Amino acid sequence: MMLRLILGSLRARALTVGLTVLAIALSVALFLGVEKMRNGARASFADTISGTDLIVGARSGSVQLLLYSVFRIGNATNNLTWESYQEIAARPDVDWIVPISLGDSHRQFRVMGTTPAFFERYKYRGGRALELAEGHGLEDLYDAVIGADVARTLGYVTGDPIVVSHGIASFTDHADQPFRVAGVLAKTGTPVDRTVIVGLEAIEAIHVDWQSGGQRPGAPTPQDVIRQMDLEPKAITAALVGVESRLRIFGLQRWINTYPDEPLLAILPGVALQELWQIVGIAETALIGVSAMVVITALIGMMAMIFSSLGERRREMAIWRAMGASPSVILGLLVVEAVVMAALGAAIGGALLYGGLAIARPWIDASYGIWLPLGWPDARELWMLGAVIGAAALASLLPALRAYRLSLADGMTVRI
Amino acid sequence: MPDRDQTPAVRLTDVLFRWPGPAGFTLDCPAFEVARGERVLLLGESGSGKSTLLSLICGIIVADRGRVLVGGEDLGKRGAAARDRLRAEQIGVIFQQFNLLPYASVADNICLPLRFAPERRKRAGDAGAQVTALCAALGLPPGVETAPAGRFSVGQQQRIAVARALIGSPPLIVADEPTSSLDAAAQDGFLTLLFDQLRATGSSLLMVSHDARLAAQFDRTVQLADIVTTGRTAA
Repeated sequence: MMLRLILGSLRARALTVGLTVLAIALSVALFLGVEKMRNGARASFADTISGTDLIVGARSGSVQLLLYSVFRIGNATNNLTWESYQEIAARPDVDWIVPISLGDSHRQFRVMGTTPAFFERYKYRGGRALELAEGHGLEDLYDAVIGADVARTLGYVTGDPIVVSHGIASFTDHADQPFRVAGVLAKTGTPVDRTVIVGLEAIEAIHVDWQSGGQRPGAPTPQDVIRQMDLEPKAITAALVGVESRLRIFGLQRWINTYPDEPLLAILPGVALQELWQIVGIAETALIGVSAMVVITALIGMMAMIFSSLGERRREMAIWRAMGASPSVILGLLVVEAVVMAALGAAIGGALLYGGLAIARPWIDASYGIWLPLGWPDARELWMLGAVIGAAALASLLPALRAYRLSLADGMTVRI
Repeated sequence: MPDRDQTPAVRLTDVLFRWPGPAGFTLDCPAFEVARGERVLLLGESGSGKSTLLSLICGIIVADRGRVLVGGEDLGKRGAAARDRLRAEQIGVIFQQFNLLPYASVADNICLPLRFAPERRKRAGDAGAQVTALCAALGLPPGVETAPAGRFSVGQQQRIAVARALIGSPPLIVADEPTSSLDAAAQDGFLTLLFDQLRATGSSLLMVSHDARLAAQFDRTVQLADIVTTGRTAA
């Protein structure tokens, strides 16, 4: 009955209560949304690479190496010579090694040169392997395998020609040596979806007529001549390494990091990711802080609303008192009222967020490569919702205490 | 447990109350009593201390000196929560106007005091049936129970307030000018209905009014000025 009376009182003030609930709902949606994006981004990053023990590249920063080799963000400052690559590959600790060569692009997508071993060694989301949605792998020199987003965005199917541009965001095309789409990979939710994969030799082939960043003048070398040439690369961008025994990872890493002929860097992807989180964590904390402030602002709005309602509700309080309600009942009524509003706001906010996510999810995935899961709220989200409701109860204590004092002073004799 | 038939519904002895504040309003009531089942009309103009007297009897405020007994219970010896509970259990209150929570249903309004008075709720038995019976006895249209109280006319609202005061048959009904917002014809009808119900429950009635014409229907009429002296003395 008490709850029914509280709901009735709230319904009687539908407009102000509705606006207050809406403010709480929007702030809760933002608060949860930031948390969801954060978790989604983390999970998405963490799911991108698995099964690779070490990433080797030219010496730079570990985060930088991770970003350009796996996430195709930023560029390598230097390459890794083929000799060094071969020497690492020959180490007894090395179980497998996959070279990758970056630097060219097709439209807005990066082109990556690698060996067919990439398709069996690259694993994502806890050990899942890449799968072809259609076509076949790299067989011919000018075969290209494209990621799901590349195919979807550009409307490519197997057999379509692809012209690779020199460098990234450049206007110089390798038009003389077009590739053919040999296969399209199934969606992975990783940067592979936005990558055009070609053979390592093909990267050499399209640069036969190029020297120190410029095209050599004169007629291009014909393709059949190129096919006869030795297309062993002189340098690659990075290499993914799997070791024989996990116990040997650090030994191999130390050996690579102290390699005398060339400054190299070997990183453990998980450790580099942790470093990345430490950097990103500051921005994340700031975002959570801002969204928490928005929630607090909404709750202060609610507090102001309850305060301003007290004047016109003194008569109501007097009735409660005359019927035998103690001042603490009056205090409780106002706190429960606030909790009901906050709970309603939290529920609507959650619904707004999940509804919005359901609509915006494909777009977020396409634009940022972050696939946000749409499950039931997890423990942390429920905890956050609980915290919002708890904070509302706390915020309502101030006006409730004022009502308590007013009802003590007024008793049942208020006149209006 | 005091004998219900012997103990007066209300007894004030040697009561002095002073409102806090520098220019404190004081109320002095040497002796006043309402017998069980008695219907007393208290005549007094506003500002004559009737609000203070009613607040003392209802246990909202506590006398600085003397004793206020309601149903034999000394209010001064009880804490604030116990006084609130006693009010809910023993007293049905009717105001001049704005008696009801406008957003709540008629039934919820009538049952409100039972929420704070477990014994009175027990006495009421089937509260829903009681509500229906009281509404019918007070001449309210059938089926009013579920409608929001704010929809009714002033006269009807006053009758709903009577039903609320009477539910669970509290020993004492305190009414503060309940008829002043009604016209003359409605006043008579209202009082007739109220008195009929009082006979049924055996409750005492202490009604404050400034209208001496009502006196004929009461057992006893008391001039407020005869039982209390008020002053505005510096503390």
